Order: sequence, then structure tokens, then C-alpha cells
Amino acid sequence: MGFSASIGMRCFHFEDLRTLLAKAAPARSGDALAGVAAESELERVAARMALADLPLRHFLEEAVIPYEADEITRLIVDSHDATAFAVISSLTVGEFREYLLADETDAAPLQRLAAGITPEMAAAVSKLMRNQDLILVAAKCNVVTRFRNTLGLPGHLAVRLQPNHPTDDPKGVAASMLDGLLYGCGDAVIGINPAGDNLPSIISLLRLIDDFLVRYEVPTQSCVLTHVTNTLRAIECGAPVDLVFQSIGGSEQTNRSFGIDLALLAEARAAAQSLGRGTLGDNLMYFETGQGSALSANAHGGVDQQTLEARAYAVARAFSPLLVNTVVGFIGPEYLYDGKQIIRAGLEDHFCGKLLGLPMGCDVCYTNHAEADQDDMDSLLTLLGVAGVNFIMGVPGADDVMLNYQRTSFHDAAYLRRVLGKRCAPEFERWLIDSGIADSTGRLLPPDARQALLQLAASL
Amino acid sequence: MTSNEDQDGAIARGARDDPWTRLRRFTPARIALGRAGGSLPTRALLEFGAAHAGARDAVHHPLDAGPLLEGLAARGLGQLSVASAAGDRPTYLCRPDLGRRLDQDSSASLEAWRAASDGDPPDLVLVLADGLSALAIERHALPLIDALLPVLGDLRLGPVVVARQARVALGDEVGALLAARQVVVLIGERPGLSSPDSLGLYLTHAPRPGRTDAERNCISNVRPEGLAYVDAARRLAFLIRGARELGVSGIALKDDSATLPVGQVGSDGDPAKPAD
Repeated sequence: MGFSASIGMRCFHFEDLRTLLAKAAPARSGDALAGVAAESELERVAARMALADLPLRHFLEEAVIPYEADEITRLIVDSHDATAFAVISSLTVGEFREYLLADETDAAPLQRLAAGITPEMAAAVSKLMRNQDLILVAAKCNVVTRFRNTLGLPGHLAVRLQPNHPTDDPKGVAASMLDGLLYGCGDAVIGINPAGDNLPSIISLLRLIDDFLVRYEVPTQSCVLTHVTNTLRAIECGAPVDLVFQSIGGSEQTNRSFGIDLALLAEARAAAQSLGRGTLGDNLMYFETGQGSALSANAHGGVDQQTLEARAYAVARAFSPLLVNTVVGFIGPEYLYDGKQIIRAGLEDHFCGKLLGLPMGCDVCYTNHAEADQDDMDSLLTLLGVAGVNFIMGVPGADDVMLNYQRTSFHDAAYLRRVLGKRCAPEFERWLIDSGIADSTGRLLPPDARQALLQLAASL
Repeated sequence: MTSNEDQDGAIARGARDDPWTRLRRFTPARIALGRAGGSLPTRALLEFGAAHAGARDAVHHPLDAGPLLEGLAARGLGQLSVASAAGDRPTYLCRPDLGRRLDQDSSASLEAWRAASDGDPPDLVLVLADGLSALAIERHALPLIDALLPVLGDLRLGPVVVARQARVALGDEVGALLAARQVVVLIGERPGLSSPDSLGLYLTHAPRPGRTDAERNCISNVRPEGLAYVDAARRLAFLIRGARELGVSGIALKDDSATLPVGQVGSDGDPAKPAD
């Protein structure tokens, strides 16, 4: 068994589906580190040729991680929608790419198709696509979600306001929160990465943001990004939990290394839903992912990091999340070496997530030991804006002083909204206008001392 | 009023200050930077550039071992130099597995040292590893050792090992070859924008290849602007004694020496590895 393709006189053989997918992947350091990458550029293209000829039906017959051994595989297989799949069931991967690019394939058919696409199919077709293909198809997908506002509408771009502080100091958090709101950010969520896992301090952060949102009637949601078990305990303690956060991966073993499984996620979602805190909808899960997490946990099982990332989206879509965020450059150069690899991975993740029906955002970020800089981040940010990304991150000055790496800033959000004519979530935009922060076109107004937030800033 | 001017004329220079600069006292975050349109003012742009340049230079700065070895000799400490199997910085950055193993010459020289030394094996070996910031070792290793030696008690100290292109787990192989009861790796941490030279300390009891991060204790952010040398040395000495008594290091060993938290290990000199 296996797959093969010839280029000129050379014939290349690939023994199984996971090998074929891995060898077809664009070059990246994490796959080389895992020992699954193509050994030459020619082998990479040969793998793509073999993959292009593979019928999509084959993906329903061969799993990259065995069904018996992995609950994510079981989730993917058992939840596959054969009726939705029927439209594309006769296509090869290469023809699937062309189907996605066709003018007739617009938002409505893509939405109907989502449940018929497995993560491995999405990963496979992405490996045949150039960056512009990834952008074009993602831009056709609309994924709208709601909790206290409406996210993902065409022409809109939301921002997670991230007021991290090295010691979770309440005034320090409030200072960054005010800074972001005065820059028109925070419609996706006001979400803090806490410095510690201490329950009382997590609960006090939740109360801090909630009190603020209630007092100033801000139509957005809050989140403290701690382990799902801590959020469950916070709910038990009566804390005001809007969203349930969790990092997830694409194999059962990866998730076990995160201390979670599907049952635990379901329990946490049910607990948060029982609070009934959403006013417009009940999408309340917030997931973060990122290529390389499985390898980092020694749980890749010979599967390439992008296919594993797409499998994490199968986990996400089982829980109708409000936000899914791929944290694209966060681990370091051993997974994505430079700006080129980070940009490619960000576009792949956004495309695969959107194709699978997820409200994708991207944490456009890099560490100081990666071969990347602000110019690379500007490129990815702009490309994702064109691709219709639902939300991006906003930290003051692009400098995450808690986690020690660079993410996008409030200024970056202002740039992207300006250059692409993107709007905030409509309910949030109304609040910005009423608060005197932005005008009716979404532009930031000169600060006015009578603004309630500026008065708060003066009294903190 | 022209289109390039508002009531207070603040726009004459293009950029506009944010009237909440007083909030900066509450956080090291880069808030109230002002804006030109919605974009960064030039000064803030260049300040960020300088911080990133400092961090980048730190990552690629090669360890200057000369002054370090002289300093160790001046303190009467034995010394050995080793290198990992990651031959250069690009390899080191891409291949953490190679940074955790000694190259052949280095393992041979450690074996030779052990064969030549008569007497009992060392209680403790210190490894000075460049990690992701050789600046951290160049600036902080000797002051930290000066603070540590007086509080170590009567431990038998092995040669100090200076290691290039090294990850934390390289200490396991070094410790095993020298038959050390414990190894402490002093290593340059991943530089942040405001911390290009932060030193991390990793204690492993009964070091041998295959030890996991859960079997180490970590003290992070050692530098004058972070955790002071004397405080770091006191906590390290506490952990060294605790691990000797308990017979293990890592999760089972709690630091009760101070109210400040001692981290468990994230990965490879990178305790700041994010949870998300």
C-alpha cells in the first residue's frame, strides 16, 4: 500500500497517509525536528502531486492516529457529516482546491460544507495552496459568534484586549485595560493571562473586570486564561465567569499533557452555560492552539505539526466556541524558524479553522530568539486582515510584559482597521461612539477630559 | 482651524500624547505611548526597536569564556570547558535535542577528568551555560557564585563547567560523567524586551540523561533588576540542602525559604513558556 509520484526519472514512495501529509508540508523547523519533513524540495513536490491525486474519500478510510488509540480521531470520525460531505465526495484533494477557489463557491455553500470536512482534508488541501489561495478561500468563509456582542461579521475586526501584568496587580491590570479601551480595543474579549494559578487571585481578577464592564456598560466579555479546572472551581465559588478558556491540541496524548480531555471540556462548558451570562448568544468557549504543541509534549505520533493543529480544531468545533486563537509564533524557532514560516503557519491555521467553521483569530507573535521582527508581524497582520480574521490580540506597545514575547498592539489594531476599513463589533462600536472614544466612522477622537474613562484614569 | 490642527494645536507635530501617562506608575507595560493617527509616534517606535535589538544581540552574542575562566581560577575553583553537539547558533536554535547532548570531545574530556581524579565524587557541580543569553552568564555568573559559596556549607564542589550552545538538560550528562550527586545549571534565559540578561538556575539531584523537567527546581530572573544575587543564592542553597535530605529534586521539593515563588520548569531555560 502507500502512495507514489514520479518527477522526471525519479519515483518517490510514501508509505501511509500521515507520511504523505508530512512530506507535502511546506518546510518548517518543527517537522524537521520531529524527523517527519521531506528530505528534499523535490520529494516535497512529489508528495504534493501524490496528495493532489488522492480522493477525499480516502480520508474517511485511513486515520493519521488510530481510532482505537485516540479520542480526537474518534470525535472526527463519529461526528463526520456524510450528507454535507456528499457535495465533494467524488473529488480528489487537487480538485477540492479548485472547488474552493471557484467563484460559485461562496459563503453559503462553504458554511453548509464545513461539517463534511475533516481536519485532515483541510490540512491536505492547505498543503497544495499558495498563500494567496489560503487568503482567498478564508475570506469567503463567514463565521459569526455571539456572547455579549456580535463577532465575525464581514468587514469587521475585533481585538482581544490583554491587560497582563507581571504580578497581577489590580491597578496595573486596570491601567492597561483603560489604555486598550481608549484605543478602541476589547470587543473580542478582555482576557488576562494571570501570572499565577492561585484561585483567590484569579477570582479577584474576574471580579475586577466584571465590575468594570457592568459599571461602564461595556458590551464585551471577560476571561482569565487559566486551566479549565481552575475556571470550574471559580464557577463553584460564584465568580463571574463569562468565557471558559483552555489550550487544546490535536491528539489525545497532547491534551492529556495539558491535563484535559473532551469530557472535562464538556463539563466546564455546561457549568459556564448554567450561569446564563451571555445576552446575545451562548458561544462561551475560548480555545487557544498553536503548531508545535504536540511535539513540545512528545505527543506528535509521526504526524506533521500543521495536520495536528487542524485536528485541534475538531476539538474546538465540538464546543461551539466564541473565539479560537492560534498563537502562531509562541514556542520558538525550533517549531517555526523565521518570519516566513510564521507567516505561512498563521495563514494555514486561519484557513483551516475557517474552513472547518471556526471563529478564528490569530495571535500574531514571535519570540526574541526567532528570526523575525515587527516587519514580519506587519506582513502577517495585514494578510490576515485581508483574509478576514475574526480577531487579533492587543497588548500595550506589542510588548507582553508577563509572558515576555511580542504580540500585536492597540496601535496595530488601529492600523489594520484604518487601512482595510474594518469596523469593531457593532455593539462595541456603539459604546465607543457613546463614550466619546471614536466617531461614527470608527476613528479615534481626540481625548476629551469629560470622558468617563479618562476620569477613571485620573482617579486610579 | 485647519484639518491638520485641533483645538489645542497638539497636531502641529503630527503625534498626539495620551493624557493618561500617570497610569504608567502602575505597570511596566508600554501604555500611554501617544499616537500619530492611530500609529506609533517615532520615539516609541525607536524605543521598542532598541529593546528588541538588545534582546536579539543577546541571543546571538557568543560567550566570551576568557574572563569567566580567569575569574574562576582567581577564586581557586577548578574549571572545564565543554560544548554541546549543536555546533553553531542556528543549529542550537533549531535543534534543542542537540543542545542537550555533549559533543564527543567534551564527553571524552569529562571522562578523562573523572578517571584522573582520585577520591570521592563531587557533591555538587556548577555548569555555566550560555543558553539563550550568554550576556547573562558573562554578567551574573561570578557574582552569583560569590554569593553562593559562603552559604553552601562544607559541600565538596567539583570543577565548574563552562558550556557553549547548551540547554538545561546538558547538565544531566555533565553531572553523570563527573559522578556528581547534584548539578546546578546557571543558564541565560530567553531574552525579553526589558530583560536581555536574565539568569536562570536549575537544580537537578542525581543527574543523568533522561531526567525530565519535572525533576528539576528552577529559580528565574536572577539579575540586579530582578531577583538579587544574595536572595537567589540563599534560595538555591536551601533547595540544594532540601534535595540532599529528600533524595530528589523537582515537584516533590517545595521551597519554603521565602515567600517568593520558585517555579517549576517550563522548558529549556524558558520558565516563562506561556500557558497559552
